[in-house]
Amino acid sequence: MQVTRYRPEVETDTTVEEYEVPCPRDWVVLDGLNYVKDQLDGTLSYRWSCRMGVCGSCGMMVNGEPKLTCATFLADYAPGPVKVEPLRNFPVIRDLVVELGDFMRKLVAVKPWIVRSEEKSVSEGEYLQTPDELEEYKQYSMCINCMLCYAACPIYGLDPQFIGPAAIALAQRYNLDSRDEGSAERLAVLSQHEGIWGCTFVGECTQVCPKHVDPAGAIQRYKLTAAMDWAKSFVMPKGAGSRST
Amino acid sequence: MTQPTYTEHHPRWLRQRISTYWWLGKWAYTKFILRELSSLSVAWFVGYLLVMVRRIGESEASYRAFLERATHPVLLTLDVIAFLFIVFHALTWFAVAPQAIVAHVGKKRVAPAVIAVSHYAAWIVVSALVAWLLLRR
Repeated sequence: MQVTRYRPEVETDTTVEEYEVPCPRDWVVLDGLNYVKDQLDGTLSYRWSCRMGVCGSCGMMVNGEPKLTCATFLADYAPGPVKVEPLRNFPVIRDLVVELGDFMRKLVAVKPWIVRSEEKSVSEGEYLQTPDELEEYKQYSMCINCMLCYAACPIYGLDPQFIGPAAIALAQRYNLDSRDEGSAERLAVLSQHEGIWGCTFVGECTQVCPKHVDPAGAIQRYKLTAAMDWAKSFVMPKGAGSRST
Repeated sequence: MTQPTYTEHHPRWLRQRISTYWWLGKWAYTKFILRELSSLSVAWFVGYLLVMVRRIGESEASYRAFLERATHPVLLTLDVIAFLFIVFHALTWFAVAPQAIVAHVGKKRVAPAVIAVSHYAAWIVVSALVAWLLLRR
């Protein structure tokens, strides 16, 4: 494995270190990194947690492609070398660990939770939803915040102000939720230049998404909604709705 | 290795510069840039059409002179290149259109393939209509 290292206490730029690791058929790239950490070099830093494609912590560049290292088999790259780098487009803190603050701030800005103008009291019961209504947003709810889509997005790399694929897909997930009433608040954030209009539909975010969320599709749907709302505001200045479809 | 200033509680983040040629590293990115460039072809044909309409409005002689100039090899080459870019633009857009358009018939979502096919069908119908208008005697 060729692993990118960055040790800010002694280096001003990244270096590459090579490690020989076993390559059993059932080992993923993360197993290789764990082998390096346990057996060869305990100073290697990287994030991981669940090891089953759910937590979204172990995203890295594997041979130049954004991948979940827990779901990428070493044998697929045999006989190697397998090049492992930190996720592209993010500042690197150390080795393979990137800084997440920018993404977290953007995520909060789009209010990825159910917004209600008035909450029902507990005695009124739960908010009911039909299977069809669930199906409308279910795909977007699969996002695990792994940020592979940000690493694949050249727009985010060139313009870090861009809110980015996952945050917009998650906004869409709540806009399409029949229980939610916050689409107008989200549109105010996302209709700005660094929101949906920053996307030029490269489409790579969808290609690399390990959960098939299709953030590129979410953004284009959102654009259509914003354009329709804008048009409706001329035809029906007082009655234009903002429910996304 | 150099020895930069380092403070334990405020580590320096490394921000890697993106190469000017980032779009050459992967076919998907190159394709995207070509699609963006193809908008110049659209502008070229729009401008071409506007000039042609103006010449028609001026006089028959002016229009014939315009047609004469349009057969210049440089202009013909530009037209062919622009046409290829337009076709590329249309094909790549039709390929991604189903992602952007989510239509429902009743409560049922229209399949992405149907949306893609309907784009091609509309393209063929409009092209046939334009051909009929231009070629009818």
